[in-house]
Amino acid sequence: MINLERRKALKAGGGLGLLGLFAAIGLIRPGMAAVETKLFAFDAKSMNEALDALGVIIPQSSEAIHLTVPEIAENGAVVPVTVLSSLANTEQIHILVEKNPNVLAANFTFPEGTESFVTTRVKMKETSMVIALVKADGKFYRIAKEVKVTAGGCGG
Amino acid sequence: MNISILKNAILVFAMASYCSIAFAEGSVPKEIAAYREMISDGNPAEFDEMRGEELWKKPGGPNKVSMEKCDLGKGTGVVKGAYAELPRYFPDTQRVQDLESRLITCMTTLQGTLESDITAKPFGGDNYKPEIESLVAYVVGQSKGVKMNVSLKHPKEKEAYEIGKRVFTYRAGPYDFACSTCHSQDNLRIRMQNLQNFSNAKDAQDSYTTWPAYRVSQGLFRSFQWRLNDCLRQQRFPEPKYASEVTIALTMYMAKNANDGVYAGPGLKR
Amino acid sequence: MGNPMKIRASVKDGVTEVKVLMQHEMETGLRKDADGKLVPAWHITEVKAQHNGKTVLEGQFGTAVSKNPYLVFRFKGGAPGEKISVNWVDNKGDTRSDEAEIS
Repeated sequence: MINLERRKALKAGGGLGLLGLFAAIGLIRPGMAAVETKLFAFDAKSMNEALDALGVIIPQSSEAIHLTVPEIAENGAVVPVTVLSSLANTEQIHILVEKNPNVLAANFTFPEGTESFVTTRVKMKETSMVIALVKADGKFYRIAKEVKVTAGGCGG
Repeated sequence: MNISILKNAILVFAMASYCSIAFAEGSVPKEIAAYREMISDGNPAEFDEMRGEELWKKPGGPNKVSMEKCDLGKGTGVVKGAYAELPRYFPDTQRVQDLESRLITCMTTLQGTLESDITAKPFGGDNYKPEIESLVAYVVGQSKGVKMNVSLKHPKEKEAYEIGKRVFTYRAGPYDFACSTCHSQDNLRIRMQNLQNFSNAKDAQDSYTTWPAYRVSQGLFRSFQWRLNDCLRQQRFPEPKYASEVTIALTMYMAKNANDGVYAGPGLKR
Repeated sequence: MGNPMKIRASVKDGVTEVKVLMQHEMETGLRKDADGKLVPAWHITEVKAQHNGKTVLEGQFGTAVSKNPYLVFRFKGGAPGEKISVNWVDNKGDTRSDEAEIS
């Protein structure tokens, strides 16, 4: 799991990433967020880098996000992920896989009238936490669940 | 120690080591089933079915004719439900044919394609999709929801079934393995995967009615012939000729045992 | 131009559910080919869905989205016969648009 406590300490120590800083001082407007995300977040090699690139400081854990993933994935090539956010004014849902070479798998932006719900499928290199990171009312919230990835066998 | 005991010991040891997670956690089969259920929607094999339908309907081969005059056993051009009755005896070729073998007949006789061109590279790979595989996807998809109804009325059909049964239990190769070594008992598993018991109707139906399938680990649609070859490979048997008598017979044995199961392919497999 | 998508959309109780299956290799850039050379990353980067000209979903994909990406989402409104269009763009600049009628 992401060491959020450690992250908290680092952030308190002033280690605010450049993008996080931009976001914090309002340099990244919502319209720009997509471009910035594309440039940085998808290349992030760790949770910390990904969160920095997304301009997230410390996401709060939230029970209002429902993350549906299999406990065991027979094959890491296809891991179904469903995220449903009951948080008011959900703007974005990001799907991250902590132990993947590139942590951020996908993100979705929900215009007014679209339910804050999405199902997709991601690749997982190995057993890892899958994190749904939700932006609602300008703030970030998260929930995480572990998916065990098996090597798979030879049966049909 | 005789060979059979040694072989069983190896099998048990292999399974025990691969399945350590499985044995430690009793809910694993349930979770695997839940995973399979979660990925069952949105099967990429649909694209192979689409491609196959186009190939079926458009003029092809040196003769520039479509496959629409192909008789898959239910009359000229009838695709709906045809796979659920295959393999079967065809009077024109005077032999029992499975789907792949019958497609070859139509592609050669109607379209004028050389059999050797079809069988040279009949399985898909990176950036390569053989026509016959897409045709297989289309034809099997047209039996979705149809009950398996394979007949043994013709003596040749009965003969194919009996040969298939013998092939299924034929032990050979460096491991002295047969199909039945793994697939004739209940509740066996290799790593996380259950091994179907083909002498049990439910297992035979569950398995046969969900192949051919899109294999997510390979990102490819796989025909039944490919699936059989993969089993034979794991038995360390030589690779059979594409659409050979022996694989038709094996298919006959397995298809007949799946009778009354509702065909649900193309499947989606790990 | 990319290969066609499969789009299914149906409306129930005032909510339209859209299921999209895309055809794309979604190469991670980390896989090696038979000669041991890295296969370059090749993946969809952006997806946009529209209903009556209004954007109903925007997505960005990294390399970790599965081959032949699958997407399900829901929006309020939509009526049988109306069109849903989906467009994607990949990192090589290839693009594909398809549409389907809501049932």
